[in-house]
Amino acid sequence: MRWKPAEYAGWGRALRASGDLARPERQSTLTALMGDEPAPAIGNCRSYGDACLNNGGRAVQMLRLDRMLSFDAANGIVHVEAGMQLGELARIFAPRGWLPAVMPGTGFATVGGAIAHDVHGKNHHGAGSFGQHVEAFTLITPQGDNRRITRDDPLFRVTVGGLGQTGVIASAELQLLKCKGDVIVVTERRIDGWDDFLTYLDASDATYSVGWIDATATGENLGRGILEEAETGSGLVTARGRARSVPFDAPGFALSPPVVRMFNRAYFRRVPEQGRTLVKPIRDFFFPLDKIRDWNRLYGREGFHQFQCVVPLEQASALRAMLEKVAKSGLASPLAVLKRMGSGRAGMMSFPTEGYTLAVDFRNRAHAVRLISELESDTLNAGGRIYLAKDALARGAAMRAMYPEHGAWAAAVREADPAGAMTTDLIRRLDLRSL
Amino acid sequence: MADTGETWILLGATSAMARAMARGLAERGDGLILAGRDMADMETTAADCLLRGAPTARAMRFDARDAHGFAAIIDAVPGGVVNCAVFVGSMPPQGEIDLDPALIDGTVTDSFTGPARFLQMLAPEIEARGAGCVVGVGSVAGDRGRIGNYVYGAAKAGFHTYLSGLRNRLTRAGGHVVTVKPGFVDTPMTWGIPGMFLVASPDDVAQDILKAVTKRRDVIYTPFFWRAIMGIIKAIPERIFKKMSV
Repeated sequence: MRWKPAEYAGWGRALRASGDLARPERQSTLTALMGDEPAPAIGNCRSYGDACLNNGGRAVQMLRLDRMLSFDAANGIVHVEAGMQLGELARIFAPRGWLPAVMPGTGFATVGGAIAHDVHGKNHHGAGSFGQHVEAFTLITPQGDNRRITRDDPLFRVTVGGLGQTGVIASAELQLLKCKGDVIVVTERRIDGWDDFLTYLDASDATYSVGWIDATATGENLGRGILEEAETGSGLVTARGRARSVPFDAPGFALSPPVVRMFNRAYFRRVPEQGRTLVKPIRDFFFPLDKIRDWNRLYGREGFHQFQCVVPLEQASALRAMLEKVAKSGLASPLAVLKRMGSGRAGMMSFPTEGYTLAVDFRNRAHAVRLISELESDTLNAGGRIYLAKDALARGAAMRAMYPEHGAWAAAVREADPAGAMTTDLIRRLDLRSL
Repeated sequence: MADTGETWILLGATSAMARAMARGLAERGDGLILAGRDMADMETTAADCLLRGAPTARAMRFDARDAHGFAAIIDAVPGGVVNCAVFVGSMPPQGEIDLDPALIDGTVTDSFTGPARFLQMLAPEIEARGAGCVVGVGSVAGDRGRIGNYVYGAAKAGFHTYLSGLRNRLTRAGGHVVTVKPGFVDTPMTWGIPGMFLVASPDDVAQDILKAVTKRRDVIYTPFFWRAIMGIIKAIPERIFKKMSV
């Protein structure tokens, strides 16, 4: 296998790496590579921080191993190579009445990455996490062995949400979910403030629900936003046009506080006071930002950070205080999301736990970095946790304390990969292999 | 999915461009015969294509250097329109060929004479059916011999000329031939090779090819701007060109 020297970055572009990448196109190439010179896998680098980076080392880029191997229409189980992107899977299967059971906010995420982070979606409160719909996967261990790992195998819970530390996931058998078709009926509703938001989220019985929050609104408007609730349906909607892309890094003022405040006000008012119901192609609902390729360049050359935490339900007031801090700082970007999560999780290091999750993007600036560091302490004090797929700034001790099964996980990882061949920048920064 | 009643033979089906093309054809509803050397890999691609809508997809062994296997592939084509796209070729580094001139034979067989012989066997089939398209993937390297890869370039130049003649022949029987000249494409062949620029994705190349087939274009460059680049390179007088290393 030829290795290509490359510079690459996480989606936030605040952390970067340089190192050699291999990009196998055949399973036999991948297996041979893992036998000779094992390296951690990366997918489409949609995790924000350094989970997908191995600075100074090697990594195996999985995007060209993206084929469907089999599908059983009787039970809806599809076997795919790990580099398959979830948006592609949805595009192919939705017209046939099936959807990936869990879809994160971007369709560009790969199946392998979705397992390694045990991602969640807008239906987490009902459907649980991605890993809960994985029947089995093929793992190529750091020793070069091909192993089929089923749900009852101890390595299953270590690998799901396991940040790639047990080996390279070559393929996975996914339980798809029945859907009515490839359109979605979305009800959008203005929410005037924090308390209302929680009330509505708690009362929502929609299959899919997510709240956009205006993280610049303060005072009595604190926590205002738009609640989207949705169900799949069938019918015809106009196909959307070509994806646009951001051709260059935006200048600093593009997302400056006044611009963001103005944008947010307009975005809030876009939904009529009495609410509205729309019919959209599913990808417009699940992957709204995929319409603008490389939107991360809007944050300029320095990149950005996403802070995402989840706190237990009874700690809602702590989360409110965190949002207040964010709103007062004026540093937030328009991208802020509030959602109620269920308890579904499939791995030892999985992020989801029952509670409210808040995600806010910040331009990579010294003020924002300080604020995120405060939010990290607040999260810890509230008994919550930070999402490893998003993080670029947390400190190891705090992060390890947020994940109750971390010790057992680290021990299992050390056993699976004693030589540390699968170690990535994230693991090193947070010292996640230490017991 | 609709079955178009057309079948495509893809020679060199394990290549990144062929895989992308196979997927595009599958979504149109064309049947597929994937021909190449790595059976396990082609069977995986065949499964993928069936799930994307191909009415049929099977893998068959094809080695450009072993003509004994050619007839079996042609015999396997069902009724209806038969088309063929050639993606085979090999490009050992010129430096290795300089050290071992025997490598020329294999390069020319893989990139020119092997597929030409196959197409020569297929041509009567297309003529008999009165329809069918041949796509030959050549290379911009075949437009002018350069110090960096002139053996590969010579093989592709031969292939271009062959395709031009085949086009002349099949046109009168209702068939068609598209010559495709890709520039740099992001494949394992170019992965990690220094000096690559304007690298196109295999998916984009496949889309260009499918469009050229539909529009019955004769010769395409992909991406399109390579026509201009090669226009300039071809226009340089030989007495200057011989001293250049482009």
